[in-house]
Amino acid sequence: MTNTKETTKKPRRADILLIGGLIIALGIAALVLNLTKSSGDTVIVRVSGEQVYSFGLDEDVDMVIEGKDGGTNRLIISDGKAWLQNATCPDKLCEGMGKIDSSGESVICLPNEVVVEIHGADEDDVDTVAK
Amino acid sequence: MTDNQNRSNKTKAMATRAMLVAVAFVLSWLEAQIPAFFAVPGMKLGLTNLVVLVALYILGSKDALGINLLRILLVGLTFGNAFSLLYSAAGGILSGTCMILLKKTGRFSVTAVSIAGGVMHNVGQIIVAMIVLETKALAYYLIPLWASGIVAGAIIGILSSMVIKRLPKSIAE
Repeated sequence: MTNTKETTKKPRRADILLIGGLIIALGIAALVLNLTKSSGDTVIVRVSGEQVYSFGLDEDVDMVIEGKDGGTNRLIISDGKAWLQNATCPDKLCEGMGKIDSSGESVICLPNEVVVEIHGADEDDVDTVAK
Repeated sequence: MTDNQNRSNKTKAMATRAMLVAVAFVLSWLEAQIPAFFAVPGMKLGLTNLVVLVALYILGSKDALGINLLRILLVGLTFGNAFSLLYSAAGGILSGTCMILLKKTGRFSVTAVSIAGGVMHNVGQIIVAMIVLETKALAYYLIPLWASGIVAGAIIGILSSMVIKRLPKSIAE
């Protein structure tokens, strides 16, 4: 049981490296996402991975999306922002995810498998980049 | 005499493991009672990881793995569905494997192992969500979930090392 003894020791070098590494990785990821953030112009709605709707972010939309197993979410696009309301799922996490307007951002309702993504004019798909 | 002793040791070992599974089970239930007050799905404390860590440090890798898998299966079948089972299995297996490997190196404290486990748990869940929803957009959630994994892992890690220190050594026999 040498391990239990070791746990009482002061922070070790390996610990600092591991935790520091995890924090630095977080910082880099946040920085990259922030720097590559660009305003989006298209709202894509997917249900179970399949694209079902596409709207311009400048449109005014207020509609009900039918998700998996009959669950529904109300999608609203207004003032260049998109968000979900009135979810039928019990946790209603998507309502708390707020309004999105930047390329790459998304609001997700896991129980209904509804994903609302913002796409930008400049990023699009990997295919276009690869050309 | 030795035969009897052997049998009683076996019974004790079985009871210890069963008790840990039960504690993990109760903690899972307890955690589910805390309303999701965070805007990001999957952000949670991970109370059951306390049991996994205690099992890992007091009993060993094999027991920690077994208790973890049993707990995931039991909780999934009792409170969840196939969907939630998939998520907790992905998170639990990835974080469990990661913690076992880190502990094996013998260079990290309980808290550091727990932090890495917390982060990996959330990474595993995001990977499953990306596969289920077929979207890369979820990568955005990696940042708040990575951060919450560090914080939750630290809290659970400190608690676990306190528990490990206080538990009698005889529990492992």
